Amino acid sequence: MSFEPKIVAFLCNWCSYAGADLAGTSRMKCAPNVVGIRLMCSGGLEPAYVLKAFKEGADGVLVCGCNLGDCHYTDGNYKTLRRMSLLRKYLDQMGIEEPRARLQWVCASCADDFTEAVDKMTSELKELGPSKIKV
Amino acid sequence: MNDEAKIGVFVCHCGHNIAGVVDVPEVVKHAQKQEHVTVAKDYMYMCSEKGRSLIREDIKKLGVNRVVVAACSPRLHEETFRGALRESGLNPHLLQIANIREQCAWLHEKGPMATEKANRLVTGAIKRVNYHTPAEEKSVPIFPATLVIGGGVAGIQAALEIASSKHVVYLVEKGPSIGGHMAQFDKTFPTLDCSACILTPKASEVANSPYIRLLTYSEVVDVSGFIGSFTVKVKRKARYVDEGKCIGCGVCQEKCPWTAPSEFDAGIGLRKAIYTPFPQAIPNVPVINRENCVYFLRGKCRACERFCEPKAINFDQQDLYIDLQVGAIILATGYDVFDPTPISQYGYGQLPNVFTSLEFERLCSPSGPTAGKLKLADGREPQSLAIIHCVGSRDHNYHEYCSRLCCMTGLKYAHLFREKTGGDVYQMYIDMRCFGKAYEEFYERVQGEGVKFIKGKVAKISSNGASPEDKDKLTIICEDTLLGELVHIPVDMVILCTALEPRHDSDEIRKLLRLGRSRDGFFLERHPKLDPVATMSEGIFIAGCCQGPKDIPDTVTQASAAAARVLAVIARGSVETGAVTASIDENRCSGCKVCNALCPYGAISFDENAKVSQVNQLLCKGCNVCGAACASGAISTQDFTAKQVMAEIEGVLL
Repeated sequence: MSFEPKIVAFLCNWCSYAGADLAGTSRMKCAPNVVGIRLMCSGGLEPAYVLKAFKEGADGVLVCGCNLGDCHYTDGNYKTLRRMSLLRKYLDQMGIEEPRARLQWVCASCADDFTEAVDKMTSELKELGPSKIKV
Repeated sequence: MNDEAKIGVFVCHCGHNIAGVVDVPEVVKHAQKQEHVTVAKDYMYMCSEKGRSLIREDIKKLGVNRVVVAACSPRLHEETFRGALRESGLNPHLLQIANIREQCAWLHEKGPMATEKANRLVTGAIKRVNYHTPAEEKSVPIFPATLVIGGGVAGIQAALEIASSKHVVYLVEKGPSIGGHMAQFDKTFPTLDCSACILTPKASEVANSPYIRLLTYSEVVDVSGFIGSFTVKVKRKARYVDEGKCIGCGVCQEKCPWTAPSEFDAGIGLRKAIYTPFPQAIPNVPVINRENCVYFLRGKCRACERFCEPKAINFDQQDLYIDLQVGAIILATGYDVFDPTPISQYGYGQLPNVFTSLEFERLCSPSGPTAGKLKLADGREPQSLAIIHCVGSRDHNYHEYCSRLCCMTGLKYAHLFREKTGGDVYQMYIDMRCFGKAYEEFYERVQGEGVKFIKGKVAKISSNGASPEDKDKLTIICEDTLLGELVHIPVDMVILCTALEPRHDSDEIRKLLRLGRSRDGFFLERHPKLDPVATMSEGIFIAGCCQGPKDIPDTVTQASAAAARVLAVIARGSVETGAVTASIDENRCSGCKVCNALCPYGAISFDENAKVSQVNQLLCKGCNVCGAACASGAISTQDFTAKQVMAEIEGVLL
């Protein structure tokens, strides 16, 4: 059987969770490898959540928030943007490759942005193989 | 881990919606194996009364004290299931939804992968719910006043409905008068009653209502707060005319020597620099447009002031800012009309006698620039007319959506043109969409009046007549798709049925009220079918064309619905707000103050005596931006604590 990556997506309540719901409501299809976890705001994503996901065996982490400028909480997603780029440096040191942690803005009506990100990440990680992090 | 936890897992089939893709019995079996799960069962429709009673029974009989429902999105039925917990005496926050419909069954093909994903979602929810804690639901009093933004027919209707219950409404309109686009129309389809005749009484009712405070020539510039208690800052633009003194005699407009294109007449007529947009304007108080007034431009004139008997003109008036307190907001900002200039093959702005639908409305109107007479650029009465449908709508280059009302306005124009001139009318359409009550009958009536229908999209409007006798005419070049041939039709006049599009300043409004917009740019409703009136922001409702193109009956219906929703909120007197707020454990807080500056609502302050930070629960909206930054792990947000999320991560990856 081919390798099926396990991906965790963190979705903000107002835009990206709604966008992912809309993808389902519109009966779009995407790879079943991504499991979503709802947060109120992507800015409420503790960097430790991403590390925890890799520790628990995730092959990838997808972080989704509202488009820049559209945050329900004014500017939480800017904080996400900064935190994710800082976290990237740490992930590099841990040997977690670039495609395994991704940031994608998904607005509440942008269902296709969500399904495209899911499919793209899934196929990239299939290529890359399982995460080598073992804790 | 909570050793006391007795978790009940309830998996919904949702008919075939979930069970057709996910192996539900397998999910139940998987759930039964998880730690602390007392009972796991499935049912056809968990949201039904029978389904909810299953949850209630297990809470009572088996002592279930944590509930996981695997069903549709929490955005849909979380409240429903929280109700089931509440009814059984369990705190509603001891619930977690696993979204196995929208984000699983509906997204994936039937098979083991879909079932595995459902299992992951359910396991995540089970692990998470262990750490759920009861929360006290806060009851916030509702301030019984309402803000309505936009004074078109939607805003007018909503304001009147609310005022009829003797509650205060602030109706804020950007322009000098209420009435919106409807005031510009001549007749309305399909009954052909005069637009002004049915709108003016409503507008006067607004002016006379003791419960409506009308703020025209005003804009909302800031909104803060939440359902029940919004604080709204309104800018009252300087009119340079004292509303208290003006008696609406109109002398100033007669005497003003300066003119400018009239916005109300869609730019084809003129108005003065001091003007009311139309004779029945409400309020009947003119405004001076600084950009047109020669006194403001060159420092000389003041003719209006000289002739104003009640001394109402005040050139020193300043913009005024006022604060309003309201409990709910209705947004009814309407639409803009698509500018067809970029479609150069239709020659709008280049060829005389090519009009947009709004311009034609003004030509037809007895109060319009031609007093209702149809005239060509050279003053002749037109003898033939082409009506081109879907200009800017159903067009991938401009707007993909259908503007919904242009088919009917096109039919109305055909009828009015035949009535006024007896000339020939051609309709060039893609599809005729006459879906409303008595619309199809109106279509048949116009067909019976001898109007010619050509199914095809117009390729070009040419100024060269096809033959010498048509040299002054416009030629419509179009494929008649039913005949399968190219036709050249000479006409005197052309109407472009232009699309309705989102207001150009929609994005500013969106940011002001923290709303979403759909792909087409109109404001996003909470649910496209079941909740087209509410928005994602509690206490803010939308009505009319700002949500999407719609005709007058639909606009009025939605406006009344929005008013009913507001009155339901007011009647309740108080509202239970989500208890999702952050709190700081003072034993863990190191007093570093990082969170203080991060909070977008200024809800966190530093207690200088205790040397710890504190969250103001009334200001906090629960985004957890502070929690994510707290190096001491002292901050946790109710229902989204680190423990809960960490447990969910473990669960979905088991």
